[in-house]
Amino acid sequence: MSEALRAEHCGSCSSTKPGLPVSEAPRAGHCGSCSSVPNRTPRPGSRRPPAPVASAAMRLQVAAGGPAALKVVAAAEFAAAPVRLCWSAPAEQPLSPLCSPWVPALQLDSGAVLFSPNAICQYLFLAGGQEPTDLTNQWLEWEATELQPVVAAALYAQLVHGKKGLEAAGHLGKLLAYIEQSLSGRGTAYLAGDTQSVADVVVWGALFPVLQDEASLSNELQALRTWFQTMTLSEACRKAANSVLMPKGLLEFKSYLQKQPPPCLAMERATSNEPEEEEASERVLTEEEITAAADAWARGAAALPKPWHPQKPVLPVEGMRNVLITSALPYVNNVPHLGNIIGCVLSADTFARYCRLRNWNTLYVCGTDEYGTATETKAVEEGLTPREICDKYNAIHADIYRWFHISFDYFGRTTTPHQTTIAQDIFQRLLARGFLLQDTVEQLQCEGCQRFLADRFVEGICPFCGYEEARGDQCDKCGKLINAVELKRPQCKLCRGIPVVKPTQHLFLDLPKLEEQLEPWLEHSWSTGDWTANARYITRSWIRDGLKPRCITRDLKWGTPVPLDGYRDKVFYVWFDAPIGYLSITANYTDQWERWWKNPQQVELYNFMAKDNVPFHSVIFPCSLLGADDNYTLVNHLIATEYLNYEDGKFSKSRGVGVFGDMAKDTGIPADIWRFYLLYLRPEGQDSAFSWSDLMLKNNSELLNNLGNFINRAGMFVCKFFGGVVPDMVLTMDDKRLLARVTLELRQYHQLLEKVRIRDALRCILSISRHGNQYIQVNEPWKRIKGNEEDRQRAGTVTGVAVNMASLLAVMVQPYMPSVSQAIQGQLCIPPECFVLSHIFTCTLPPGHRVGTVSPLFQKLENDQIEALRKRFGGGQPEDLTVVCQAKPTPPAPVPAPASGPVVAPGDPQLIQELTEQVAKQGNHVRQLKANKAEKAEVDAEVAKLLELKKQLALAEGKSPEVLVPKGKRKK
Amino acid sequence: MAAELALLEGTLGLRNGTKYGAQGERQIPVLQTNNGPGLTGLITIAAHLVKQAKKEQLLGSTAEEKAVVQQWLEYRVTRVDRCSSKEDTRTILKDLNTHLEDKVYLAGNSFTLADILMYYGLHHVMVDLTVQEKEKYLNVSRWFNHIQHYPGVRQQLSNVVFIKNRLYTNAH
Repeated sequence: MSEALRAEHCGSCSSTKPGLPVSEAPRAGHCGSCSSVPNRTPRPGSRRPPAPVASAAMRLQVAAGGPAALKVVAAAEFAAAPVRLCWSAPAEQPLSPLCSPWVPALQLDSGAVLFSPNAICQYLFLAGGQEPTDLTNQWLEWEATELQPVVAAALYAQLVHGKKGLEAAGHLGKLLAYIEQSLSGRGTAYLAGDTQSVADVVVWGALFPVLQDEASLSNELQALRTWFQTMTLSEACRKAANSVLMPKGLLEFKSYLQKQPPPCLAMERATSNEPEEEEASERVLTEEEITAAADAWARGAAALPKPWHPQKPVLPVEGMRNVLITSALPYVNNVPHLGNIIGCVLSADTFARYCRLRNWNTLYVCGTDEYGTATETKAVEEGLTPREICDKYNAIHADIYRWFHISFDYFGRTTTPHQTTIAQDIFQRLLARGFLLQDTVEQLQCEGCQRFLADRFVEGICPFCGYEEARGDQCDKCGKLINAVELKRPQCKLCRGIPVVKPTQHLFLDLPKLEEQLEPWLEHSWSTGDWTANARYITRSWIRDGLKPRCITRDLKWGTPVPLDGYRDKVFYVWFDAPIGYLSITANYTDQWERWWKNPQQVELYNFMAKDNVPFHSVIFPCSLLGADDNYTLVNHLIATEYLNYEDGKFSKSRGVGVFGDMAKDTGIPADIWRFYLLYLRPEGQDSAFSWSDLMLKNNSELLNNLGNFINRAGMFVCKFFGGVVPDMVLTMDDKRLLARVTLELRQYHQLLEKVRIRDALRCILSISRHGNQYIQVNEPWKRIKGNEEDRQRAGTVTGVAVNMASLLAVMVQPYMPSVSQAIQGQLCIPPECFVLSHIFTCTLPPGHRVGTVSPLFQKLENDQIEALRKRFGGGQPEDLTVVCQAKPTPPAPVPAPASGPVVAPGDPQLIQELTEQVAKQGNHVRQLKANKAEKAEVDAEVAKLLELKKQLALAEGKSPEVLVPKGKRKK
Repeated sequence: MAAELALLEGTLGLRNGTKYGAQGERQIPVLQTNNGPGLTGLITIAAHLVKQAKKEQLLGSTAEEKAVVQQWLEYRVTRVDRCSSKEDTRTILKDLNTHLEDKVYLAGNSFTLADILMYYGLHHVMVDLTVQEKEKYLNVSRWFNHIQHYPGVRQQLSNVVFIKNRLYTNAH
């Protein structure tokens, strides 16, 4: 098309510059001949003189050939708005990045740019004194959402596909009828009343290109015809039509339309919008698949490999797949929360269980990470030695994991002699190979305590946000990382003395030098192993940032001592030290640990962690091991999760928000339900959030109604209808199709779990039981059992197939819910040699097999129960008390007489604040006592104090203290 | 969309508890009024409610601001609500991210109806973003987080979590 030959016309000197490509026209719209600003630049063919306009003109950029130009030009005319019209070729730079090149844009005085034609029209009218009304708003919205898409489609059909008139109009009829109705219904001359408004211009602007003149409108649309005619004949509209549609009429728009994707109307699309994912899994089965599934079924338990039980200690075996699994070592001084549990130990456990069921020779080790500042600080807090702190918390961790059925082959700790030996050996090897550097670091030293202060031993004012209790490594308020020497007014956390900055010598791991070994190794590991996307991403960005030497020593006492003169009073920095824990923990498990850890030829190593741990496992630790050069086993598969949030926020120990490992068992919800739900929302690929109501929903819908219901029905039918003995089965084509369907899900399950997509694989289990439920529902064995011989045989077949599916599910579910799996195994008397996973679904419970007593596997979770739990773990609320009160049989100790308290003046804000603080403090105290498993009597006494404080607070707030009676008591 | 108007009523402090009708396949909300044939369309009714609550400043205080608010409301119903693919959503987020680069609110320095309705319209999108995407559309995330914490706006909608520290520091 010929945009390139358009001319600019200057209103002041009347010179036209034919043939000047617009893109070369003076950008600011100045006339090249007289330098005045043309207020409007009609195009050749338009003979009309420019309209007079106000001096301060806003720039209205209009692309030649864009249909929306009509309404804005018309609106500018109607409102006699002071705009300077600039025609542009669509390729020209738009006024703002949001502007589509074909759509008009108006630059406002403020510099803001309007890119919506309707908003431009409305603005122009508004500037002319016409405020929008509900009615004009409604027309504008209708035009934008309803009319425009239809008009665009009609125009496209007409100009690009060459369809004629009504044929092209498509859905337009309905919309025209709507306008007709509105006009005749209201009896007004214009859309929003008796005078012209922005609504008329906008709707006319949209309709004009498709209608052109009222003749195309049928006689029934009388009101519309009249209105359209009036509009088209108005001066403003005529001007707009002339300037936009000249010289070629509608063909002006053709080039624009040809560049658009064919319009696709919402109404035409609606049908193909919905669930595609569901259908995708329901793909058509081939004949071969069905035959193969039936063959596999017929081969029976003999077709399964023999379950392999390794000797203890588990050691790599030549010729087998040897899988070594670690989960990130939890830091000892914290009780892990659900996020920590799903992030590493539970994910790794599920995978380890899966590996064992696949007959892979598997070792799963973990332990508590015990060295470092945090332990020292905690020890000072609790008045214990670091060793005592570690002993205490290591036991808490071990307890929690036992409760969650985490199947460690060994759960150890990092504070052992093996740790010292191995860490020092790696250190010496790095030193000998020149991978360590020395440097002087400025550090805070407390003269009172006679020591350099590790970051966490310093507090002061945050240099970024001014928060007064910023820690030496990070500010809790603004979250920024802090260099301890930058803290304002630093204080020693132990003696409150003021530390001074002193230089001290430290050792650094020379990562830049190791990078040339790291990169080829990474490349190899990535091409042969499964690294989660976030692990690759985080690692890549670390390396791209450039590796810097990294300090591996710290001025602490609680750590692995540095075996080098000049550094004897220092220990290894926890991140140099901690991953070595994997090796030393294995060494505590077996003296042949090197067969796992110095054996990359035979061993495949999986590291499980949350994503914040990635760089240490993908860069720093591999560098240490590569530099130490002793044929170490390096990570092949790095599996990192995203974060799990609690309800709508973060887990917070200090605020008491969220469920922590030790509390999970107090909820009365079985460990397997926790495992199931956590794995169901395992943050694979993106963050997820724990939610109580969702937990209830998933338990009741997926476990109880789907999985549990199916397995229970299958077992019950065998018991009730066939005397507890699996009946004979005569497979029909439908049954074989089901076998193939189940096999498909089983394959999918393997594919996903081999890639450690634990959450997704769980869905395959649930689909199998869904298929099972459908199968039972369709075949109705409970009816057929009462029928004739053929019906009874059918009931037998369906029951037999279903109970075998239940048997398969028992094995598949074992990595996720080990006790449930065991329960099914017990109820159906599944032979132990069938507890192995293969790629086929075979008949493991043949006719004649006797099942045991069948009982429900899951319990319904009730709303009340879940609400109570949600409140209990919501943090800092009075409901906390119910926990304490329900947990013990005796009522709380008598409450001291309120007379001892201050005289209560309701509403005194200072008193309320004081009491609130005291309540919070006492609440924490009670929680702490409970966490430390304090004596009952002591807890009772403290709870009584807390109750009394809350009562006073309620009085001060003017509430009735009645509400404070713990719920647990009130019910009785 | 009717649910959204109920949220808006809450935000505006109106206690109407209006039952909205719904029209057509797209379930366009309809408000029955005592006088006249009623109002149709999300932004039309929303603007009406704002006026009813005497909070006209939410529609913009100057002519310019009013136009900008109108434009973003239109963007909401024509672009955001018509997203039918991941690709569309990405374009929207990219556009908004560019626009919000140097602005506190959609209309510049004042909180308006455009922010409220855009927040409602994007809520289901933001909920599903990964941490990495949230960081990619940093300006949108900042704006969204700001709006969801604006007093009274969020109502019963879930809080979308944004992580304060950037994880993917090299994301461009």
